[in-house]
Amino acid sequence: MEKIIEINNLHINFYTQSGIVKAVRGVNFFVNQGETLALVGESGSGKSVTAQAIMKLLPTPPSKIEQGQIILDGEDIVPKTDRQMEKIRGNTVSMIFQDPMTSLNPTMRIGRQISELIIKNEKVSKREAKVKAIELLKMVGIPKAEERYVQYPHQFSGGMRQRVMIAIALAAKPKLLIADEPTTALDVTIQAQILELMKELKEKLNTSIIFITHDLGVVANMADRVAVMYAGQIVEVGTVDEIFYDPRHPYTWGLLASMPSLDSSAEEELHAIPGSPPDLTHPPKGDAFARRSKYAMEIDFEEEPPLYQVSETHFVKSWLLHPDAPKVIPPKMILDRKRDFPGNFPEPVLVKEDR
Amino acid sequence: MAEKLIEVKHLKKIFNEGKPNEVRAIDDVSFDIYRGETLGLVGESGCGKSTTGRTIIRLYNATSGQVLYEGKDVHKVKKHKELKELNQKMQMIFQDPYASLNPRMKVSDIIAEGIDIHGLAKSKKERMDRVYHLLETVGLNKEHANRYPHEFSGGQRQRIGIARALAVKPEFIIADEPISALDVSIQAQVVNLLKKLQKENGLTYLFIAHDLSMVKYISDRIGVMYFGKLVELAPSDDLYKNPLHPYTKSLLSAIPLPDPDYERHRKRIRYNPSVHQYSDSDKLAMREVAPGHFVYCSEKEFEQYKKAYKN
Repeated sequence: MEKIIEINNLHINFYTQSGIVKAVRGVNFFVNQGETLALVGESGSGKSVTAQAIMKLLPTPPSKIEQGQIILDGEDIVPKTDRQMEKIRGNTVSMIFQDPMTSLNPTMRIGRQISELIIKNEKVSKREAKVKAIELLKMVGIPKAEERYVQYPHQFSGGMRQRVMIAIALAAKPKLLIADEPTTALDVTIQAQILELMKELKEKLNTSIIFITHDLGVVANMADRVAVMYAGQIVEVGTVDEIFYDPRHPYTWGLLASMPSLDSSAEEELHAIPGSPPDLTHPPKGDAFARRSKYAMEIDFEEEPPLYQVSETHFVKSWLLHPDAPKVIPPKMILDRKRDFPGNFPEPVLVKEDR
Repeated sequence: MAEKLIEVKHLKKIFNEGKPNEVRAIDDVSFDIYRGETLGLVGESGCGKSTTGRTIIRLYNATSGQVLYEGKDVHKVKKHKELKELNQKMQMIFQDPYASLNPRMKVSDIIAEGIDIHGLAKSKKERMDRVYHLLETVGLNKEHANRYPHEFSGGQRQRIGIARALAVKPEFIIADEPISALDVSIQAQVVNLLKKLQKENGLTYLFIAHDLSMVKYISDRIGVMYFGKLVELAPSDDLYKNPLHPYTKSLLSAIPLPDPDYERHRKRIRYNPSVHQYSDSDKLAMREVAPGHFVYCSEKEFEQYKKAYKN
């Protein structure tokens, strides 16, 4: 399968008054064509920063890509200038934001916001662009598209605005779509509609999606693969089934066990992750999650864990997978949902990092 | 049957009444809240669930209808002293932990404001002792008392909001989406804290939210609202096992659960209000289909629901 994007050892710092915030600390991942990768984690874990780095939307200063590559459709975009990026944004990669109200221009008619992009990318006449824009509005399920074309964003409801955002994002048929919490601000029924729409369009256009969210229900619904981020690093990555039915990192356990399932009884206490995420001005030594984990060992406070491979597709960054580590018992909720994966290696294999 | 703490009777709240932009935010809603229970209120944004909470605590005046607190009509209380008593018994926790704390007040003063108003502390020392005790109750510590809200994270601020609500020793707390603005791992901390406080102090909660899995976990009974009406009210387990109103079914079918297999097979049910085909002669009311399980329906639907109800 063709990789649409590959990120290698990405480091991003923010130079602020109170010090250097190491927001992204060595992130590696890829997305195949037509695949959805979900990026999950708490606020401040670096998931949105990573996404904005792919769009090169991070303001420099204060941010700086310290090292690493972002290979988008075969080309490293890290050294690209703003002017060069203008051609890539929209064409190869585009983005849907969380808040559709602040990301649409309130003083411009919806139609112009879409056709402007089409004119720029496809070099067509205004009239042709309008036809295409109306087609797009119909495709994302906006009724009476011709009438809607001349309306302003405030005349749309939240769900309809998000549909417009999706139409704009898809206007130039990008190969990769980044959706940063696209449904967090919406009601459950509207969220369901938007998710269905995104899946349908993905099938139709064979777009790859990076889906950023902290709602694990949405992840289970949308993702082919999942990457769990914590304190600027990916701590576990695997197929959606591997992450939900055979998670190995204590942070993933914590995330999954902190959400009640519909049949969990009120008697059981929720498994809350104690404390709060670390301050990335001074990232903790060793395993960043150790201070909040009851499974932490001495080495977790001393040395950063390496990456272990559990199966062809499943990677975990934790000392718990070291052959000499004591066998620990995950929370009950995790054991209850555990399944056997025949594709797992007999023992986790240490991944040799050659950088 | 447990003692009724609050009775909401035919409550209506209409904004801009008689004007073209009239909004019937609450349209004839009745329900009871029993002492010591948690009643969950769910529905889409704009369905009137927050307005209901705010009208109960008198942040809004009701257009018509009654809210009885231990038999006393909240909206009829005129005397300053009685009002103060009520305000002490009812407290509120707000959704946005960033907007609901005064940024220019120290945490100790935020928490002690209610103590001062109600004269619950006789000396400065007693006042501070209570603040320290409250901070510890919600999982913060003494040193936090002299700081300002901006020095805290979202989860910690929500804890301060909870400490402030607890300061006056209330009996009843309205929690309006108290966890929606928090990260998943922090949500569980706050929910566990709310449950623990309820157990220790015998509190009664009205828990307003749109995250149904969390609501089910924390609530004894759940009310579902749609366009200003309460359409279904039932014990939590019953509501999930036997949803009867088509809107409840559609709402339940729309929640994504953290289970990929379930998600692959989930079928969303759409709700179209025209399925009811109500005529003018239909008498619409809340009817008890099974013990404690109420549905807003017509006579005809009532018979259908009774047949459809599985024991």
